Amino acid sequence: MLITQTIGSATIDALSYIGGLARLAARATRALFMDMFSPRRLAYGRAVHQSVAVGIGALPILSLISFFIGTILALQAAYELRKFGALQFVASAVAISVSRELGPLMTAILVIGRSGSSFAAELGTMKVNEEIDAMETMALDPIRFLVAPKLFAMLLMMPCLAIWADFMGFLGGSVFGIIAAGFTLKTYFIATMDALILRDVVTGLIKSVMFGLVITTVGCQEGLRTGLGAEEVGRSTTSAVVKSIFLVVMVDLVFTALFYINAKP
Amino acid sequence: MPNDQAPKPTPSNVMHGPAISIRNLHVAYGEREILHGVTFDVPAGETVVILGGSGSGKSTLLRTLVGLESPTSGEIIVRGKNLQQLSPAEWRELRQHIGISFQSGALFGSMTVGENVALPLNEHTDLDPATIEIMVRLKLNEVGLDGYENYMPAQLSGGMKKRAAVARAMAMDPEILFFDEPSAGLDPIIAAGIDALLLKLKEAFGITMIVVTHELASAFLIADRMVLLDKGRIVANGTPADLQASAQPRVRQFLDRVAEPELSQEIDYLQMLTGEVPRERQ
Repeated sequence: MLITQTIGSATIDALSYIGGLARLAARATRALFMDMFSPRRLAYGRAVHQSVAVGIGALPILSLISFFIGTILALQAAYELRKFGALQFVASAVAISVSRELGPLMTAILVIGRSGSSFAAELGTMKVNEEIDAMETMALDPIRFLVAPKLFAMLLMMPCLAIWADFMGFLGGSVFGIIAAGFTLKTYFIATMDALILRDVVTGLIKSVMFGLVITTVGCQEGLRTGLGAEEVGRSTTSAVVKSIFLVVMVDLVFTALFYINAKP
Repeated sequence: MPNDQAPKPTPSNVMHGPAISIRNLHVAYGEREILHGVTFDVPAGETVVILGGSGSGKSTLLRTLVGLESPTSGEIIVRGKNLQQLSPAEWRELRQHIGISFQSGALFGSMTVGENVALPLNEHTDLDPATIEIMVRLKLNEVGLDGYENYMPAQLSGGMKKRAAVARAMAMDPEILFFDEPSAGLDPIIAAGIDALLLKLKEAFGITMIVVTHELASAFLIADRMVLLDKGRIVANGTPADLQASAQPRVRQFLDRVAEPELSQEIDYLQMLTGEVPRERQ
């Protein structure tokens, strides 16, 4: 009885949390949509600022990580491929795994660490400092003013970052390809392009948009739910990172399964 | 009566009846009730100070009056409208007629002081940027912060932050201003400056003000009426003179700054900390 009660209670909590995320996403999307018809009201400056912080700010570290991941993948693939004398397929292995999975996923993990945590900390601090209350009492909607620009930035920047991560991953793989598998840079990229179909890249991009939605809503929801006191900001930030990583992996699983089911054999 | 002594027609004192009426207000956080049937009026154009010790419910009362908390029962009538019956659009409209200065100032840290003051004007009016800039300077001038429009809130002292918060609260020329602990955490000179500012605002604009504080000197200086809250109930409501003359034990204890008798002995204090009932109550 106790176990079923605990499971039931946890399930209700989880569904309620996801419902909260959906409501937040709907309100922020509605605010973005409404502001399209009222350009004076849209915090364009904020949206651009957020886009720069989320996108441009992440480029150096994302480039490095993706490059190394590409090299690591090539090395791991080469372990097995060389047994069959098939080292030339290393480019294909890297291309498919990076574009379908690791590019968007590594981008998401990095953006969670950089931006998801920052969203939670920013909104949490504003909550503790009564700035959110001040906003409400000035008849300003915190969702429109704070969450919508972040959502706009993430939906715009996540696919761009994922594409860049893909490219840097291919470049990382090419280092191994050139050194150990007899490729030149040009032949490696030709092999990469031959291995990819549009669907690989598109599925990665769709996932990255969904990851952006998850990271923004979780970060903002945790921030807006911050309790009183500085330690609560720390709790919100940690919670935002942990929940975002979990939900991103869940979303990844669901979408990968959907793409698998819908793929032609 | 000479003409120059006639009261000026300001937004507040042309209102009919009290600016705010609170009737049998109950507010609870979950199972815990904080306010137990609070009833009083705030006359238009007057400054009402809500006094009370820590945990008396005065901040909860203020948050409920501005719509940040919902009452469990009772009525709050502001500008003739029952807050419990307002639609979101009516709330937005009402909030453009009230201003709130929070205890911490609650200035937006990512914006300059000028941008903070300009924000409600940008969002709720169709004024052009040049006019808004002039209005921001005027508001900052009114609170003695000329030339600080390009400062970030982090660059201001505590007293200046409170002044900037007042300027922002006044941006839309509100009829009612709420202040949460305006002098808390300030040295006596800066606190006196904030008191002088509130008196100046009342004198110049006839704004209705509700001030939550536990600073007695400040309260007696600025109040037209005082409401003393104790454990979520009103124990006194009247003019400063009424409160000074009151013989009500809780009023006297608060005004004369007498410690809780049951905590006067160390053993009682220790018992309170450990959750045991003090001896007198056993």
